[in-house]
Amino acid sequence: MENSEKTELVLLACGSFNPITNMHLRLFELAKDYMNGTVIKGIISPVGDAYKKKGLISAHHRVFMAQLATKNSEWVEVDTWESLQKEWVETAKVLRHHQEKLEASSCGNEQGSPVLERPGRKRKWAEQRQDFSQKKSLEPKTKGVPKVKLLCGADLLESFGVPNLWKSEDITQIVRDYGLICITRAGNDAQKFIYESDVLWKYQNNIHLVNEWITNDISSTKIRQALRRGQSIRYLVPDLVQEYIEKHDLYTSESEERNVGVILAPLQRNMAEANS
Amino acid sequence: MKSRIPVVLLACGSFNPITNMHLRLFEVARDHLHQTGMYQVIAGIISPVNDKYGKKDLVAARHRVAMARLALQTSDWIRVDPWESEQVQWLETVKVLRHHHRELLRSLPQKEGLDRGKAHPAAPTAVPELKLLCGADVLKTFQTPNLWKDAHIQEIVEKFGLVCVGRAGHDAERYILGLPILQKYQHNIHLAREPVQNEISATYIRRALSQGQSVKYLLPDAVIAYIKDHNLYTKDSSWKDNNT
Repeated sequence: MENSEKTELVLLACGSFNPITNMHLRLFELAKDYMNGTVIKGIISPVGDAYKKKGLISAHHRVFMAQLATKNSEWVEVDTWESLQKEWVETAKVLRHHQEKLEASSCGNEQGSPVLERPGRKRKWAEQRQDFSQKKSLEPKTKGVPKVKLLCGADLLESFGVPNLWKSEDITQIVRDYGLICITRAGNDAQKFIYESDVLWKYQNNIHLVNEWITNDISSTKIRQALRRGQSIRYLVPDLVQEYIEKHDLYTSESEERNVGVILAPLQRNMAEANS
Repeated sequence: MKSRIPVVLLACGSFNPITNMHLRLFEVARDHLHQTGMYQVIAGIISPVNDKYGKKDLVAARHRVAMARLALQTSDWIRVDPWESEQVQWLETVKVLRHHHRELLRSLPQKEGLDRGKAHPAAPTAVPELKLLCGADVLKTFQTPNLWKDAHIQEIVEKFGLVCVGRAGHDAERYILGLPILQKYQHNIHLAREPVQNEISATYIRRALSQGQSVKYLLPDAVIAYIKDHNLYTKDSSWKDNNT
């Protein structure tokens, strides 16, 4: 493979986004800079309500806030597929869903521009052939179907170690078939974690650790806490998100009590399967 | 209702460029003062330093003022004041405080003019206090030999007061203990804790920009657009019209 034919990448971030913050948005920017011109799109995929995390407010709010937050982004967008599923969906499945989507619509598409204008639309074979020959006359900057990579912080990486949170075959699939771009402050901890895991170590070339030099620890948990205490969250989240939260009074002591006593969906599912 | 002392927060600095962290200082400080029950923050002022300050890589004041203005477009209580940057020479912080305090007194309603029918919760019979807003790092610089005049430090903490936004808060406490003059007036030094670790250094921003890296979500979009339009902080030095 020539160096000039680099695979295009799509960054997928899964999470609660409860709410989305400037830090989440920074992850995308840092990863894009690091991957040096190969990233064509970013996808925010908020988790479904069936995840049952404590304090998780309704998906439609979380999706809407993420959309407000990415209004001014040329390349990061929100995808609602995961949040619309009735049952909680494993991250590996979300990755697979997006990769398949790219494969279905990607044949013949050109470099640089966002791939999906009509998601899922199957193109006629003749069209694909024609596009392909058109593509040859343009600069061969990129080649093939864009690849989806999981974008995350070090906390997600390290959550691989939490018992029953992830299926081990899912972890393998994620690092082997997709790959991880992990934004981390303390690079050493993440590296150590990779070193101490057989499967992560085996696929370490597929795990990119990107250093975040700015301490920018805007956790959603802290945001929710600040809101409960009547403290300002301005400049920690996009203005539109802050206004939306204020308008709908989204995060209260009450909302923080949601799902208390309920077992997190992945734990529920993995423990049930282990016992069956 | 117990009446609170009205406060105006003044932040001095390079603002080269202004970042979300600078803006956070104001929000955190205001929350902190309100929480004490003693104060009502009525305004915030950003005062970018004069070009003659001579700091390395300092972009022209007109740009720094313009960027701050853009950043504050959506704030209903903080504004930028170019007075300091428009003086013919660099001014010590205490002089900037004195100026703004005079302006504050001058802007108070005269007694005859008061509308007796209105209710102003923060309506001073109390005179507003002007406080210097800063990060813990500035508190530390009080210890640097020859950087501040002793008399000025005293005036700042005695006559005006400090609101210092830090992270853990421990550092700031240590700095206060390290300087007798600060210890003496520690009742006039408010330590506000920023719950979210958010150290967006402008130095980093400048470096990222010169390397063509994204700074989105670290500064307001309008400021980023301004920087691009005016070609500031690029690798070539054409924007440094004031250096050395």
